[in-house]
Amino acid sequence: MSIEEKVIEIIVEQLDVTREECVPEAAFIEDLGADSLDLVELIMAMEENFGIEISDEELQKIRTIQDAITYIKKKKGLAS
Amino acid sequence: MGTVNPVGNNVDETWAALCAGKSGIAPISKFDAGNSATKIAGELKGFDPLAYVDKKELRRLDEFIIYALACADMAMKDSRLVIDQGNTERVGTIVGTGIGGLTTIEREHTVLEQSGPRRLSPFTIPAVLPNLAAGQISIRYRAKGPISCPVTACAAGTSAIGMAFRLIKDGYADAMIAGGVEAAISRFGVAGFNAMRALSTRNDEPEKASRPFDRDRDGFVMGEGGGILILEELQGARGRGAKIYAEVCGFGCTADAYHMAAPPPGHEGAARSMEVALKSCVMDPATVGYINAHGTATPLNDVYETQAIKRVFGEHSKKLAVSSTKSMTGHLLGGAGGLEAIVAIKAILEGVVPPTINLDNPDEGCDLDYVPHRAKQMDIEAALSNTFGFGGVNAVLAFRKFRD
Repeated sequence: MSIEEKVIEIIVEQLDVTREECVPEAAFIEDLGADSLDLVELIMAMEENFGIEISDEELQKIRTIQDAITYIKKKKGLAS
Repeated sequence: MGTVNPVGNNVDETWAALCAGKSGIAPISKFDAGNSATKIAGELKGFDPLAYVDKKELRRLDEFIIYALACADMAMKDSRLVIDQGNTERVGTIVGTGIGGLTTIEREHTVLEQSGPRRLSPFTIPAVLPNLAAGQISIRYRAKGPISCPVTACAAGTSAIGMAFRLIKDGYADAMIAGGVEAAISRFGVAGFNAMRALSTRNDEPEKASRPFDRDRDGFVMGEGGGILILEELQGARGRGAKIYAEVCGFGCTADAYHMAAPPPGHEGAARSMEVALKSCVMDPATVGYINAHGTATPLNDVYETQAIKRVFGEHSKKLAVSSTKSMTGHLLGGAGGLEAIVAIKAILEGVVPPTINLDNPDEGCDLDYVPHRAKQMDIEAALSNTFGFGGVNAVLAFRKFRD
């Protein structure tokens, strides 16, 4: 499974939204109905799944699905 | 009214089961009770949380909150109370519990120990705090009136309804969503009560284990769930054509000031709380026909509660029907007062007293009419619900038949 697919799978599960809603530009809070605690939990799930750590400052910059994908790829040393 | 408990997932199912003398006690399935001294409890059966919360909420709410939302959902639908701009600030929420999110504490504590603090769910605290049952209900129904959560142990549900009753009486609210819930059947919960030697260990006969007033009782059986009532000020209720089940007319609360868990001989604190409940509504004790007893089936409670009842009612105590539905549901702890208020009200409405099952040989000192084995028909004008909690809390509600 690609990183994009895994990220979307986690978001669908955590935020109880549909795959269709998970377009790259979708903003977690504004479009997918997440609140600040949802976001923390979502990022924790990403950390566990990809074996990375995301600091609170870095978390502030992740607003959309594309942001998350780009960030994870960077952390894993892959080209975005 | 709304309830989820070991014998039913709604009021009608529950009432039918209680009148039929059905037990909800069985071997524990929520966790592996292999090394536990007590291996039985009253768990909910066939309860579907997704009927009341969505998948996201299911993950972030402790069971006790989900039970509270289920009870509130049924009660609100039953009452057809509409909360809107006009009355949002006049409707409040008080839901008590003994300990709140115990299973969440256990689970997240394990995460803390095994994986460190960074792995704790951000929803841990909101899932654990006892007042989040009231909190989540008030959010869902936009009830912006008074909000609280009494944590008076086994009396919490009664305390909640009593406090809600007084708030309406004193003009702080026109309606209140009130009751109690508990979801403490966990390794820690069972082990904690076992350590006090408070629980029955009759593991080989689960349905016979809860034996209030019986000579061979050996402690209480834990139950989970609870009950919620919608209380309303009369004019408003009449005005909107509400279905009125009964009148909540009195509430008594006193402290034993004796021992952290045991009642004193004679349980005078319990007697005083029954007296206060009756006096507060100027009710002659002889009006009471039924008492839903605290009746936990612990060695001390049952005899002392009997003595307290006799002190309050004198000769009339021989005419009372006193039953402990804990014989069937087990002890719902903070949820007991919520469920048992509903039982007392149903008894008045239906003119039927649910039985105390397993009462094969009443103990010495237990000589009232506990309605053994089988429910009985009885025209009831008024009923009391007794609940007594650790810390020496005594809370009693008085209900009266409603006549228009």
